[in-house]
Amino acid sequence: MSDASGVSTEVELVQLLTPEGERVGHPQYSFDGDDDQIRDWYRDMVLTRRIDTEATALQRQGELGLWASCLGQEAAQIGSGRALQKQDFVFPTYREHGVAWCCGVDPIHLLALYRGVNLGAWDSAATHFHIYTIVIGAQTLHATGYAMGVERDGLVGTGDPDRDVAVVGYFGDGATSQGDVNEAFIFASSYNAPIVFFCQNNQWAISEPIERQSRIPLYRRASGFGFPGVRVDGNDVLAVQAVTTAALERARSGNGPSFIEAYTYRMGAHTTSDDPTKYRLADELEHWRLKDPIQRVRAYLSRTGAGQDDFFGAVDAEAADYAADLRRRCLTLPEPHLLDLFDHVYAEQTPDLAEEKGRYAEYLESFDDSIPEAVEGHPQAEPAYGGIA
Amino acid sequence: MTVLTMAKALNAGLRRALEADAKVVIAGEDVGKLGGVFRVTEGLQKDFGDHRVIDSPLAESGIVGTAIGMALRGYRPVCEIQFDGFVYPAFDQIVSQVARLHFRSLGQLKVPLVIRIPFGGGIGAVEHHSESPEAYFCHTAGLKVVACSNPVDAYWMIQQAVASDDPIIFFEPKRRYHEKSEVDESATPVALHSARIVRSGSDLTLIGYGPTVRTCLDAAEAAAQEGRDLEVIDLRSLSPLDTSVVLESAQRTGRVVTVHEAPVNVSLGAELAARITEQCFYSLEAPVLRVGGFDTPYPPSRVEDEYLPDLDRVLDMVDRSLAY
Repeated sequence: MSDASGVSTEVELVQLLTPEGERVGHPQYSFDGDDDQIRDWYRDMVLTRRIDTEATALQRQGELGLWASCLGQEAAQIGSGRALQKQDFVFPTYREHGVAWCCGVDPIHLLALYRGVNLGAWDSAATHFHIYTIVIGAQTLHATGYAMGVERDGLVGTGDPDRDVAVVGYFGDGATSQGDVNEAFIFASSYNAPIVFFCQNNQWAISEPIERQSRIPLYRRASGFGFPGVRVDGNDVLAVQAVTTAALERARSGNGPSFIEAYTYRMGAHTTSDDPTKYRLADELEHWRLKDPIQRVRAYLSRTGAGQDDFFGAVDAEAADYAADLRRRCLTLPEPHLLDLFDHVYAEQTPDLAEEKGRYAEYLESFDDSIPEAVEGHPQAEPAYGGIA
Repeated sequence: MTVLTMAKALNAGLRRALEADAKVVIAGEDVGKLGGVFRVTEGLQKDFGDHRVIDSPLAESGIVGTAIGMALRGYRPVCEIQFDGFVYPAFDQIVSQVARLHFRSLGQLKVPLVIRIPFGGGIGAVEHHSESPEAYFCHTAGLKVVACSNPVDAYWMIQQAVASDDPIIFFEPKRRYHEKSEVDESATPVALHSARIVRSGSDLTLIGYGPTVRTCLDAAEAAAQEGRDLEVIDLRSLSPLDTSVVLESAQRTGRVVTVHEAPVNVSLGAELAARITEQCFYSLEAPVLRVGGFDTPYPPSRVEDEYLPDLDRVLDMVDRSLAY
């Protein structure tokens, strides 16, 4: 059998932990950590899912304008996020909430963006996690350029693992159809940039299935651009971490870009505005539910005894507390003021904009002056509502 | 004092910028070994290396998008878009990405990026090589837009643009690349975002920028022979506009004609007319009139001389203004 490109249709999927929670070997990749690490990543994934669930609930209750859920993609995000060294740098899409968690971005910033308080104003210099990019694929070029800068800084291939820097550009399956992503592949390849292209193939670009984006497995695209591509079980946190670690080391050591296709599934809607029942079958969801990234780690920990009920209970309790606190913080986020935003358009403010701000401030002040004070004994009339009683 | 063409003046300015700051890099199609199709970057790769003067793959969005990434890493990239009509594949990276990063990050991210674009017609080129797309960029908050009109400004403005912490679209009038003038490399330049009166007059104000400043000066010269005393303003900065110079002149002369190659519909001329009307209403003797390209796509080159504002069309509009 061969696919549309004439290449064998046999697709290799790197897996180190089966959906049933059994550790399996792989000739090229291995998990080098211990059960403590697996417990940590279990906690990361549970907390990520709990934060995600809370955000979805907040949207349903009208407290967020929108939320893009990462439900089902926790292993892809925590596995890759935990492979990062502190000097590495991440360019995310708008759904990398688990990676943000690994980089130390307070989730309240993600909620602030989706609440409409700001446009995603966390400290990217401190967290090494660039602000979210909503236009599909645009950030892959920023990631590539950043990596070109790293290379010019002489921070590739020094042999010092604490100094050498790799960059990760995240994107989804739909983005692989974008010109920018393909241009990013070309620039990265041409300049041998220290970058890992991390594609979460969650099978759906809103309503369009992966078959609409590609007639060949996505990871095979890499070879056409001149760098290696690998498909990893995106619901297997151990395999994702191992594959990403290898790709990051390759980039840091000066061997150039590589492509990871994390094969996963978007268990939720594209965003809270979407209705997936219109375009996909419940059977498909059930099929992927059996491959859940968190359940398989729990199964492994339970069976080996590395995690007992008290551990799982403690993580769940921590997640519940965290979510409650996050909700409280979300509801008390300060409201933004348009007037404050005029000063952030330019690094060096323009006279035109300063003047426009001044005029708007005067306009706002004119309202304060126009409210007549109620005279004692003559309360202001109640406003009429168009005769509607 | 050296006599330089505008292309050589830009080259000298870029050279000085590369010398002044090791973080300055140049990227674009053919900018390295060839020195650019207009030779503006000639010799720079040889002297500064291919790590600083980068021949890019043939992809405009890629050029601008990777330059944004380099700027986020602390570099000060100067991109070249080979011709005006080729900038549109990079439109998202310019208007939705780089223009907004400072705003979106509430001022945390500075993106010092210069995008050089040879613009305008008059060189007998094929399609997409003669456009004037400046209004698109002036309409976008977060961008600054400038246009040089002569070698002296070219030399200083490119250095000032590179030194700016804001993204700047830098328009170069390609049909003026080979016009020469003396450039004093030890002079003190005027501020980047300032307009300049290049000829004083009292009867009417002509406002041009880039390639049409020369057209305006020629028109003023011709009008002088008929006893009309025209003032000419070189706008230089298209966004932000230096309205102080423009409004003062409009109040003094009472008549304004704007001149650019771009179509007048929703143009710089339209914006100038609106601002002048609002601010100088009681000083005006005539409505602000606009001369520009027509609302057709840029025509085949054998008729481009009809499309481009020339001395006769400017003088015709001057007559109309003076007739009010």
